[in-house]
Amino acid sequence: MEVPILKQGAFLIATFQAALSDADLNQLRMGLVQQVVKFRSRAVIVDVTAMDVMDSFASRTLREIAHMIRLRGAETVIVGIQPEVAFAMVQLGLTLEGVATALDLEEGLAYLNEKFKITN
Amino acid sequence: MVFTIKSLSDSHRRFARKRTICAQEKIFMAKRDSTTTDLELKRTEEPSELLRELVAHLRQNRTQLREEWVVRISETRLLTAMTKEEIFAEATSVYDSYVEALETEAFEALQAYARNLSERIIPRGVETHEVVGIVLLLRDVLARSLFAKYQTDFKKLNRILDAYEPAANRIANTVAVGFVQERERVIRQQQEAIRELSTPVLQVRERLLILPIIGVIDPQRARQLTEQLLRGIRTNRAKVVVIDITGVAAMDVTVANHLVQTVEASRLLGATVIVTGLSPEIAQTLVTIGVDLGKMNTVGDLQGGIEQAERLLGYKVASIAEPR
Repeated sequence: MEVPILKQGAFLIATFQAALSDADLNQLRMGLVQQVVKFRSRAVIVDVTAMDVMDSFASRTLREIAHMIRLRGAETVIVGIQPEVAFAMVQLGLTLEGVATALDLEEGLAYLNEKFKITN
Repeated sequence: MVFTIKSLSDSHRRFARKRTICAQEKIFMAKRDSTTTDLELKRTEEPSELLRELVAHLRQNRTQLREEWVVRISETRLLTAMTKEEIFAEATSVYDSYVEALETEAFEALQAYARNLSERIIPRGVETHEVVGIVLLLRDVLARSLFAKYQTDFKKLNRILDAYEPAANRIANTVAVGFVQERERVIRQQQEAIRELSTPVLQVRERLLILPIIGVIDPQRARQLTEQLLRGIRTNRAKVVVIDITGVAAMDVTVANHLVQTVEASRLLGATVIVTGLSPEIAQTLVTIGVDLGKMNTVGDLQGGIEQAERLLGYKVASIAEPR
């Protein structure tokens, strides 16, 4: 299932609908990295609320997305990680270091608004 | 010569009888109810008479034997947590219930007494070996007195001992089991109490949670704490969490790792964790496991932690009037 990428002002929002295959994840990565420059977006929010399992590939892909997007001149926020998923990830050593996280979409938007208001 | 053979065959018979008693006890264990009384009655037809005699003897010499027992107890330095008077009082009631159990072969009363005794003396630091020790001492003291009484009549002595030993061993067993059961019950109760005491996640300001941890953290409790904290972050939409571990004296490597993981998991939920009140020992442990200090936000005490959390949240605390 493809992940829709929505444009919301200066930000892109990608919401995971359900558990994704590796191919979907790769497609999402390419899509985000291309569109972030195309729309001149300042940040990308990836919402993973619907994911109740996060495997190492998904986690690595998220980190790669964040790093690639930073190289493309924008910021990434991962939002909506479930408590159980969060702890499982940490135990597997998948801590998404260097990637901003927030509780949910609202928080992520608030974080980005705050951040870009200051730099403006 | 004749005597030797006889005593040999005698001991042989005793051995054989012991084996049957063992077998019967196994049946008793298997059934574990009153259906064994038939069996026991048959077995103890003759010994019961002997037991009566024995009990009469023990009643007659109650004062002397009891005192001897108490002397033996203090000689072997058992029950050092109790005063002499207490030991004497306990000894008296143990002695009486012991004789009663011998007489009636009903162990329930003794078991109840043992449990009651344990309840009273466990909090005072009396150890299992001491309780078992004093019961075994009593058994030995009584056996000695039987030796002294029947030293002229070996056959009778043997028969009396045949009746006495299994009963005495069962009494010792009953008391020991009662004590251990009571001890286990206390341990279970305390574990439950600790689990219930388990740490609350408190909201002190909008989006600020406090998690005060007091006492020993075992891996199970650590897991529970993490679960509660992560849920709390979600339900209270917390941005900053202060984990206060002033009340934790030390933690092992597993739990320390768990703490670090909790901090990281909280970050994945978008919350910043401030750990306060690390003792020198815990600091040492954290350094030993090589924790990445960039991930751990630590402040000396709870007050400092809350102040920093307020700064992170953009609060400013100012007094509205001069304190009088």
